[in-house]
Amino acid sequence: MNPATLTIALAGNPNAGKTTLFNALTGLKQKVANYPGVTVERKSGAWSVDGRIATVIDLPGLYSLDTTSIDEQIAGDVLHGKVDGIARPDVVIAVVDATNLERNLYLVTQILEFGIPVVVALTMIDVFEKQKHEIDIDKLAAKFGTPVVAVNTKDWRGLDDLAAAVNEALEAHRSPAFTLDGKLGDGTNAEIFARYNFISDAIQDSVKHNDREAHRVSEKIDRVLTHRVFGLLILVGVLLLILQTIFTWAALPMSLLASAFTMLGDAVRSVLAPGMLTDLIVDGIIAGVGGVLVFLPQILLLFLFISLLEDSGYMARAAFLMDKLMSRVGLHGKSFLPLISSFACAIPGIMATRTIENSRDRVATIMIAPFMSCSARLPVYTLMIATFFAGQTVLGFISLGAVLMLTMYALGILVAVIIAFILKRSLLKAPPPPFIMELPPYRMPNLRTVFLNMFERSWLFVKRAGTVILAISIILWALMYFPRMIESSTTGEAPSQSEQLESSYAGQLGKAIEPVIAPLGFDWKIGVALIASFAAREVFVSTMAIIYNVGSDANEESETLISAIQNDKKPDGTPVWTPLTGLTLMVFFVLAMQCMSTVAVVRRETNSWRWPIFMVVYMTGLAYFASLITYQGGKALGFG
Amino acid sequence: MGNYQRSLRDEAAKNGVEIDMTLRELPPGESARVIGVRGDSPISKRLMEMGVVPGVAIRVVKSAPFGDPMEIRVLGYNLAIRRNEAASIEIEGR
Repeated sequence: MNPATLTIALAGNPNAGKTTLFNALTGLKQKVANYPGVTVERKSGAWSVDGRIATVIDLPGLYSLDTTSIDEQIAGDVLHGKVDGIARPDVVIAVVDATNLERNLYLVTQILEFGIPVVVALTMIDVFEKQKHEIDIDKLAAKFGTPVVAVNTKDWRGLDDLAAAVNEALEAHRSPAFTLDGKLGDGTNAEIFARYNFISDAIQDSVKHNDREAHRVSEKIDRVLTHRVFGLLILVGVLLLILQTIFTWAALPMSLLASAFTMLGDAVRSVLAPGMLTDLIVDGIIAGVGGVLVFLPQILLLFLFISLLEDSGYMARAAFLMDKLMSRVGLHGKSFLPLISSFACAIPGIMATRTIENSRDRVATIMIAPFMSCSARLPVYTLMIATFFAGQTVLGFISLGAVLMLTMYALGILVAVIIAFILKRSLLKAPPPPFIMELPPYRMPNLRTVFLNMFERSWLFVKRAGTVILAISIILWALMYFPRMIESSTTGEAPSQSEQLESSYAGQLGKAIEPVIAPLGFDWKIGVALIASFAAREVFVSTMAIIYNVGSDANEESETLISAIQNDKKPDGTPVWTPLTGLTLMVFFVLAMQCMSTVAVVRRETNSWRWPIFMVVYMTGLAYFASLITYQGGKALGFG
Repeated sequence: MGNYQRSLRDEAAKNGVEIDMTLRELPPGESARVIGVRGDSPISKRLMEMGVVPGVAIRVVKSAPFGDPMEIRVLGYNLAIRRNEAASIEIEGR
């Protein structure tokens, strides 16, 4: 057998080093997509085997092929050749962690039954040898009836041998050494037992384990890292450090990106003839898409830290530590880190929920992630605090602004907990999911894997959310651009930006919803800014600046904007804004779904429009009622 | 309980091994041999697939800070399971 184009599937347990091997084989020639109809990632790349180009398919990490999870089902479909666009693999490379042989070989006994030539790639052989275990690779190969090759991706050792073994397996199609035919095969548990018996026999002859219990470095590390007191303290410390680092490191690239988009807009405007098309490109597309891409440094950094935590093995420890708390609200320990990430930005958080196997748990986590106060809310909080609560203190020495800020974070967490509790008892009702999670040995993260992972996920976000973000940016721009005003009704000259905005559809919409938002203390101007900030929360500030005619480049600390807000009067002479209005607006921003990128990502991650629409509706509804209670309650108590 | 476990249990009883203990009751630091996993649910199946099969030695490493889940060691690697799951793993009494 010598097919012109080879298809090779890479299968193995999670943490077996499969991704690292895949990266070593295919380099940067990788394609990432989803399997049709599901959100399981489909990675493929090209690897040259003796001059032939092979398509390597990286199957999801698996413990078994028994089709109980989507991942397992898809891996089975690929091996059966039932997935559109993927040829049935000619060879399967089974990635086996040498330091964890028995359990890794379990999957191999299942792969053997597909009747596809199998090559076993032994990873972590350096650790295995360091622990002074011995392995007779030829004997193991004879037992399993497949070539076995030791590979080391650190120094690229064994990759040529792997290619040779693939050729060998293709040419000499041996019949598998293990099959269930004629054996127990009647009950599933008995079948599992039979497989482990076979493995135990095979290993007895070929492997000499030095005292395995002597090599428990990870357990020693865990005496501190999962200690009931220190473990929790360290977890909090690690998370604070990550969030702090993201905010400090991302600040400079974010402002550079923002200026770059402004410069790009100016450059385009100076080249193109003035007119609607130029306005669309500059104010609609460049400003709209740029406003989202500004967050890319934060998103990249978050993905970097998530990859580091995953690759080092700490992620599983965080889930282990927090599972009990998370299970109180019906969630899984693995929901914890995605939720924490959402304090910087919900997008990486939502994308990181992929590690949660149970789909109901995953959706519940996605639904509450946007309640974590992300960095885009900070400009809104800051503007309100600077305008209404600057310099005030509580108990004489605690800054009122800090207290309010903390309250907003706490409010988001509290509501998230309540919503998770309700969702898990209604829409997403399910028996408590099993918690069976490997605590992999701590490892030095492979930087190549980490960086590839970071860029890949960030690129996926840009690519997948891009079209939705572009579309919404254009719609929002059009709402604020049309109908065009020819001349100002008061001066008879060209209309100012704020007059144009007032007469636009967005302005009309703001006035139309004024009766609805009036009970929250909001006037039509806030209404317009709320509509505009659906693009991204921080757009609220620049929209306010346009409305108050203080220049759209004013920021949340700009004195002119602050005094414009403070001095805005209603026709009867009373101020439009009171401190209570400011507080109510903050509450609204904690809870409302004001982020088109999140909507786009939820659409991708749940593979439906149902969940993102539900999210927008319930979050906005919740924001409305909480704001109503805040404003009316505050007024009843004599504030405002 | 499937026939398979019943026969295991009978055989164990014949050999005079106590089987009224589950992994849930095993204190941290102690080891025991697995007799079987109760039930035919996907959870018990997954436990067996992960190597919790009759005859293997299993050790309780520790409990998580809030008492649950627990960390166990089996076949030379570490696994976290909730106490509920541990209660379905039958082990040899001491």
